[in-house]
Amino acid sequence: MITDSQSMVCNGLTKIYSKSQTKALDSISFSVPSRGVFVLIGRNGSGKTTLVRILATELEPTSGTATLDGIDVVKEPDRLREKIAIVPQEARPIPWMTPAQTVQSYLLWRGFGYAEAKQRAHESLERLGFSGNSNTLNRMLSGGMKRKVLVAMILSSEAEIIFLDEPTTGLDPISRKEFWEVLKEIRGDRFVVLTTHYLEEAEQLADKIGILDNGKLIRIGTLDELRQSVKYNYSVKLLSKPAPAFIRLREGEMVTGRDGYLRILTTEEEAFSISRDLSRGGFKFTINPVVLDDIFFYLVNHGGKAGGDTEEE
Amino acid sequence: MATRKRSRFSQILAAILVNSLYEMKNYPIVLINTVLSPLSFLILIVFVSHGSLVGEAVEGGFIMVMFSSGMSLSTDLSHLKNDFKLQDMVVSSPTNWLTYMVGISLSEIVYSIPALVLLTLLANYFLILTIVGILEFIGVLLLMFITSISIGYTLSTFSSDIVQSFAFSRLLSTLFSTIPPVYYPITYIPLPFRYLAYISPTTYAAELAQSIAGYLSLPLGKIVFNWAILITVTIALFVIAKSKARWREV
Repeated sequence: MITDSQSMVCNGLTKIYSKSQTKALDSISFSVPSRGVFVLIGRNGSGKTTLVRILATELEPTSGTATLDGIDVVKEPDRLREKIAIVPQEARPIPWMTPAQTVQSYLLWRGFGYAEAKQRAHESLERLGFSGNSNTLNRMLSGGMKRKVLVAMILSSEAEIIFLDEPTTGLDPISRKEFWEVLKEIRGDRFVVLTTHYLEEAEQLADKIGILDNGKLIRIGTLDELRQSVKYNYSVKLLSKPAPAFIRLREGEMVTGRDGYLRILTTEEEAFSISRDLSRGGFKFTINPVVLDDIFFYLVNHGGKAGGDTEEE
Repeated sequence: MATRKRSRFSQILAAILVNSLYEMKNYPIVLINTVLSPLSFLILIVFVSHGSLVGEAVEGGFIMVMFSSGMSLSTDLSHLKNDFKLQDMVVSSPTNWLTYMVGISLSEIVYSIPALVLLTLLANYFLILTIVGILEFIGVLLLMFITSISIGYTLSTFSSDIVQSFAFSRLLSTLFSTIPPVYYPITYIPLPFRYLAYISPTTYAAELAQSIAGYLSLPLGKIVFNWAILITVTIALFVIAKSKARWREV
């Protein structure tokens, strides 16, 4: 049984930015265990960063409450700050410092002694493959290595709860996969809250996934639970535009993904039947069991209201 | 996991390392810049006055260094916050706002050490101060420093990018430490404009410094008045900075 002291709980969390009067979060309520990796996905402006910034005590909510391991985010920020660390969106290591200096100084900010900070910085950078260039200026590093410096910072710390706001944006596929390996290593003993645009990343890493759209949490659950919330188990993605007129769905739905291609979500039998028709017509397409990408657009198109049980509390 | 014992000293050291020592170590060229900036006016005044105002100019150099520190703080805070998101990372850590502010403020002093060392050497030759005079002079500099970092801290909360921050700090630097009679006696300014100079707190500081060194004879009432103005302005600006500055955004 999960208690409040082992979970992240949001209750009616709302944020309206006073200057623009934009409602960035609209009464978000959920509860997830504070272990493993919790991934927040959503389009730009869906409220991912606002939610993370509130939970990381950087931003005050307009109303509602949030607790992390039983600690109130709004009322007890200093207590919570003992346990958390964040790599904000668009953060980058200071160019006139080296990776070793960056990590060491971060540990000093967290109140470590000089010698311990130096030792931990060295170990953390070694772990992330910086043995040869930990004393090179940050400005000389590649984009991937710069991101790794930021990750080394928080990995070297004692923080039990780690917030990573779009940490892999802009990284090449190899660097991204290396980053995933690091996260897989640390998920056992820390709680990681990660936001991402890359749905593949959520599939690879998440123990729980929250889908945000227009400031609302439209779904939350494990990947399997999210799969069950979609009525269909197969996806046919048309790689030809425009879509052929002969497609007549007996069962299923058509959604347009962020890549602009039409996807047909349907049953396995219907998917193969459509595939045969498409093959005969010489159209290009792919056929797969539904992946998070399909689920995401299906749920967003339905405003989160779809078949299956919701995990949202 | 048990709560760790945190060292405030480490947190202040982090600020000093990040905002001054690492930069000075990795880019030594900045050392020359920190020395040249306050010295440029000093040299100009000494040449124009044929050396007769060297003492006033050295005192002015000290005041300029102290005041510039706060203006640099404004741009540094803005840079660290907006371009590197350092402040966000520190907010979500055990460092509190006061430690951050003290650390970054001290880092500005550390950054100015090369200039302060050079000015101290010049002061040793050209200024004759009693022990009490030295303490009074340090008091003036301290008030100037707190005044300027309060302005800098307030400014940094309003500027959303480095260009805006640079524009503000350069404008205030010119208004408060270049145009007022910091490097020379106020009597050099023609009368109608002299009153304008009193808008700047640096004018009161320079008058006191010149009086302490014996370059300017001020009646006791005027000395008390100048101290009162400086202390009041310092407290007022500090209170404004404290009330405007936001550690956690709203």
